[in-house]
Amino acid sequence: MSHAIGIPVTAPHTTTTNSAGRVMATVMAALLPATLFGFWLYGWPAIFLWLITVGSAALGEAFCLRLMGRQAAPALLDGSAVLTGWLLALTLPPWAPWWIGAFGGLFATVLGKQVFGGLGQNLFNPAMVARVALLISFPVVMTAWVAPLPIHSAAAPGPIVGLLITLKGMPPGLDAVASASLLGFAKTEMSRGLDLLQSLPQAPAQLWYGSRPGSLGETAAWLIAAGGVAMMFLRIITWHIPFAMLAGIAVPAAIFHAVDPARYLDAGTHLMSGAAMLGAFFIATDYVTSPNTPKGQLIFGAGCGLLTWVIRTWAGYPEGVAFAVLLMNAVTPIIDAYVKPRIYGRDRKGAALEPGN
Amino acid sequence: MGFLDRIFREPRWGVHPDDHKRPAADAPLRILPPPARLYLPLHQHVGGAARPVVLVGQKVLKGELLAAAQGNISAPIHAPVSGVVSAIGEVTAPHASGLSFAAITVESDFEGRWIDTDPVADPFALAPEEIARRTALAGVVGLGGATFPAAVKFALGKRLAVSTLIVNGGECEPYLSSDDRIMRDSADQVVDGARIVMHAIGAREALVGIEDNKPEAIAAMRIAAAAYPEVKICPVPARYPMGSDKQLIQTLTGKEVPADARAAEVGVLVHNVSTCAAVHKAIRLGQPLVERIVTINGGAVAHPGNIFAPLGTLVDELLAFTGLLAPPARLILGGPMMGTPLLHGKVPLVKGASGILAFSAQEAVIPEAGPCIRCGNCTRACPMGLLPLEMAARIRVGELDGAVDFMLSDCISCGCCAYVCPSHIPLVQYFSHAKGELAGRERAKLRSDAAKRLIDARVVRLEREAREKSAAAARRKAERAAAKAKAEAEAVNATAATTTAEGEPA
Repeated sequence: MSHAIGIPVTAPHTTTTNSAGRVMATVMAALLPATLFGFWLYGWPAIFLWLITVGSAALGEAFCLRLMGRQAAPALLDGSAVLTGWLLALTLPPWAPWWIGAFGGLFATVLGKQVFGGLGQNLFNPAMVARVALLISFPVVMTAWVAPLPIHSAAAPGPIVGLLITLKGMPPGLDAVASASLLGFAKTEMSRGLDLLQSLPQAPAQLWYGSRPGSLGETAAWLIAAGGVAMMFLRIITWHIPFAMLAGIAVPAAIFHAVDPARYLDAGTHLMSGAAMLGAFFIATDYVTSPNTPKGQLIFGAGCGLLTWVIRTWAGYPEGVAFAVLLMNAVTPIIDAYVKPRIYGRDRKGAALEPGN
Repeated sequence: MGFLDRIFREPRWGVHPDDHKRPAADAPLRILPPPARLYLPLHQHVGGAARPVVLVGQKVLKGELLAAAQGNISAPIHAPVSGVVSAIGEVTAPHASGLSFAAITVESDFEGRWIDTDPVADPFALAPEEIARRTALAGVVGLGGATFPAAVKFALGKRLAVSTLIVNGGECEPYLSSDDRIMRDSADQVVDGARIVMHAIGAREALVGIEDNKPEAIAAMRIAAAAYPEVKICPVPARYPMGSDKQLIQTLTGKEVPADARAAEVGVLVHNVSTCAAVHKAIRLGQPLVERIVTINGGAVAHPGNIFAPLGTLVDELLAFTGLLAPPARLILGGPMMGTPLLHGKVPLVKGASGILAFSAQEAVIPEAGPCIRCGNCTRACPMGLLPLEMAARIRVGELDGAVDFMLSDCISCGCCAYVCPSHIPLVQYFSHAKGELAGRERAKLRSDAAKRLIDARVVRLEREAREKSAAAARRKAERAAAKAKAEAEAVNATAATTTAEGEPA
């Protein structure tokens, strides 16, 4: 055997079987139960909107890659663009028109991700960038919720009608009930001078298993949380960000609710409403836009939670997860610069330890 | 180890690769029939290369000195067989570059005649310095791969009054089992060697750290150490890089070696189990280090296992002995996490070679690198607590000083980060590149500093010369003036003498 073997490569000569694509696929698998539950609850229009949003996100990614003269297929196969579109779709009103999904999906991957340089380079969470852009640009459409109409019920639109709802908007005469999410309802009533003690009994029906008006991700809060816990067991994410974010919402909510239940919603309602669960387990935990040390992640998560609660409680919008995550994304580089792990043989400041220790 | 132990005792750092140690570790030790020709590089250790003391054509016995240590940190080389020195020249070095380096070739006479050895019946009656001297003369170096001359470390341990000897039986690299084998087959030698080392450095106890994936070795070592309470067998969790000095010291003693300091400064000294066995042979039997156990493993090997082979055997001959299923797609000296890739098998077995891996095409595949998704797996895996992704991001754009601020110098190149990276970024390559670049910069700085010193010295010298010249000129002028004055005075005196009375002193 005298032939030379390959090119010299440095150690290690073995590597994990894990890959970026596998990480993304696992996250999608964790999202699947919640998504299917949402499809069941809101029927065909929700399915079409999801397809359009995911397709647009992938299209935006492919377009940018081609524009840069790079192969689109390898980047698309890692699944990150599909995941971005998927997460965005879970935050949209389920019966929103097609152009909301299309605009959002394209915005997410083109302006939220590729202009920064693609996977791993973006400062802000692409799905949340798109959601905030949609919310600010189209506030009415983005807050038009419908009451759940399970896919098997007689009044639910079939595939054809569902497609028409997505493409041409709500046809007159359809037996769908426009409704409000709980957070939106509470905020509206409060602005009319009705405090929570008076308004909450009239709130839209909230069933424990998630049958309530809201986005796909809101209604399936339990399944989202279950998916998140599964990701922790699979070591895709750690507990730091979800725990800190949920605590960041729950602790101030519990304190203020205890002081004045007429003005402040309780912690349980906060946690189960809006995108709290989706945000804590799937959005704030985005690797690219969150700190990479456990302590930094605790700070980041707590900031996301606290800002969410503050925006929900005192700001003009009923829901604040997207804004909170984007604001904390902006300080992630600062957190990473200041919060570093202690190095072996050094103290926290980086000076060598004394041999006596 | 129970489930709860796993949660609470498992270190937070490191990785857990498939260890691939069995069936190679379980196969009985085989002895390689000595090959016809052996190639002994002069540089098989950290420090200065050995200096040949034999001539071509000279007859040598097994264990005879071929090359003597040169300098404070160096180790001698001995003949692994009896025979004739047939050449002193260049052979391919066991290094990724495939460059050659100086070696002595010995042609075997297949008689295996030993030199007259000088066995010691009671090493504990010897002075510690004498043990260090004999160990140095036997050419014993760290056999775990570091190849640091053992006797130099003894002297260091003695000087810094080390209290604890840590015997490294971690063997955390996947595929390798040479330390496992020596503990299973020769536990008595290892324990005796460890006790001799304790005596040499003045340590009060020895902690033998063995990963818990080697239950047979733990059992054998417990039996061998039963009579010696000062030698404690300590199973440690199997986790790469447990066999790294710093991590093993921390796991066994709870002490951290300060940055830029040596382990001896916190009162411990680490020696590998195979090194201890070599010390036993060097002292008790008087035999220099001329053979070792090497693991031959990998998907391309037909009969993987551990081979007892003379140093200087070509890798090709070892592979021929175990048989190959297919031409190896990659050849590695050492383990898969930190080993050196070999360009071909015409490379001699050296003292620090604990394993030769011949990978099948399937094992050799490293997927193409993708972009960093900042998952942070590398930061969780790093046993030093570094941030590999931040360092790599800076090195990638040539900002080496930025990487230095993240304590690049503390990186031990264990490869954990590159192993766990889901984007398969060659992080160790980045760090090695940066370290090399920084070392080059440092050398260039030393060179320019030296040049600056020379220039400054020249300026000073020229000034001094000018000063001396002018001083000399002034002196000469003064002398001339004085001489002239004297001559004039003498002339005056002479004139006066002729005019005044005799007897005046001149």
